[in-house]
Amino acid sequence: MSDRSIELCGVALRGPVLNGSGTFDAIAARRAFGDALIERFPFDAFVSKTITLAPRQGNPPPRLWETPAGLINSIGLPNKGLDGFLGSDLPELARLPVPLIVSVMGFSRDELAILVAAVGQRDEVAMLELNVSCPNVETGLVMGADPGETALAVERVRTETEKPIVVKLTPNAADPAAIAVAAQAAGANAVSLVNTLKGMALDPETREPWLGGRSGGVSGPAIRAIALQQVAAVARRIDIPVIGMGGIATGRDAADFLAAGASAVAVGTESFRDPAAGRRIAAELAGLSLTGERPAPASTSI
Amino acid sequence: MSEPRTLAPPERRVAVVSGLERLGAYDLITAVDTFGPTDPRPGQFYMLASPSRWGGGPDERPYLPRAFSYARARVESDGLALSFLLAAVGPGTARLSELVADDGLALVGPLGVGFRPPAEGTRPLLVGGGIGAAPLLCWQEELDDPPVLLGFRSASHAQAAALFGPDPQVVTDDGSVGRQAFVTELLAAELDADPLATVYACGPPQMLEAVRVLCAEREVSAQLAMESGMACGFGACFGCVVPTRDGYVRLCVDGPVLDAAVLETALVPGAGH
Repeated sequence: MSDRSIELCGVALRGPVLNGSGTFDAIAARRAFGDALIERFPFDAFVSKTITLAPRQGNPPPRLWETPAGLINSIGLPNKGLDGFLGSDLPELARLPVPLIVSVMGFSRDELAILVAAVGQRDEVAMLELNVSCPNVETGLVMGADPGETALAVERVRTETEKPIVVKLTPNAADPAAIAVAAQAAGANAVSLVNTLKGMALDPETREPWLGGRSGGVSGPAIRAIALQQVAAVARRIDIPVIGMGGIATGRDAADFLAAGASAVAVGTESFRDPAAGRRIAAELAGLSLTGERPAPASTSI
Repeated sequence: MSEPRTLAPPERRVAVVSGLERLGAYDLITAVDTFGPTDPRPGQFYMLASPSRWGGGPDERPYLPRAFSYARARVESDGLALSFLLAAVGPGTARLSELVADDGLALVGPLGVGFRPPAEGTRPLLVGGGIGAAPLLCWQEELDDPPVLLGFRSASHAQAAALFGPDPQVVTDDGSVGRQAFVTELLAAELDADPLATVYACGPPQMLEAVRVLCAEREVSAQLAMESGMACGFGACFGCVVPTRDGYVRLCVDGPVLDAAVLETALVPGAGH
């Protein structure tokens, strides 16, 4: 056993590389790859796609647009809803060889509380992640873009479970560190960032929005520098662990996020290019830290 | 009946390009895959990328791998020789068409679910449009000399028909090879002669929709190999959905071959780009 293992919010992980929520569907991947996926599972903990109380179809296609070194997606959180998740997905995800973190989103604080209570009481679930990148239908404010909204949401769900709660921060906020501070004060056990940045693309022929949802979220190496800055800014202001992500494609990228203050990292869009990206990045990261090498930066000049 | 799906190794690997054959407007690229399964099913696809200089083209693309149904698979001493039909229409396909022998070809696959056997008591009819002929080539080899109906834009595109041996019926948009007609006219004539058929079709969205409508009118079973923009190919991104009578399905894990009966339309927004 290597010394890659870490403890995150009291949960033992065999290493520090997770997947970003919504960037890997372990159930679909098992249909494509069979048991080899389980034997060579790419992540050290698995974060589910976000579930909502009611089932959702997701946004109309087209849902994707390739950008320079990245991707805009407008998926719209398709999922089976809480009952469908608990009944059919959770038993499948419980068979994964790593701890399970379930991502939930509510369109009101009460809805969020129902989700956290129902998911939090399941033994198969190690931690919960709150996706707060959505408007609160009661206030119209995006929960995760406003420190007060974030604090109220975390306070509301904090009493519903004793399991660790991770708050997934959106980069589309004026001051993500202020949101993180509010989340910590309200009882969050960790924060993860960044979610995608808002973006759009136009149909080259019609000049109308290409995506069925009109706008979407940008991910991939295109946003890595922005993500790294936000992780560093957040980590300076809070004491709870930070899970850093945003365009991580190599072990060096992961090492940067850890050096910026993250306790763990997540891989997202890079998994689209290689389903084993998480494993490769973990191996590259372990190689860097085992040798203690500090390879010369690719470029120090601007 | 088990579904025609051969499992893929859960990682990207690199095959070695053994040849690039120019077929008029298309290239047939062949690469030897040493580490993958040797029994992909016709209709399944691979996600392809170049291991080097993938990016840096127009608009600094490509970034994501590109999905291709395989056209031919041959077991050789050093692995599986996989052939893909390419047309350089964007930054990804342009980069792939630059590859030469001994270059690497990064791939994940085979992915998705392929063609299912013909319905009991029916004969297979293969209908291809343009580059959509690709998955029909390996399917033709598994069937007993089925009729192959192909439509192409022009004579240079129609050179791909030579892959199918001496028998395919070919029409073109400009009449430069065969009649000036849509391939669905050939299909209608075949169904007039013998309506007990299972139709296998792959091609541009407008052609697939015409095939779907024709087969629905005549109550003929049809399987459509469809396309949609994909980021991953294995169900991770939820980007490649097509609407069906049962809601959206991900083409990469529930297709790319879909029974035409589940579709209200084969015109999927964004497909064909």
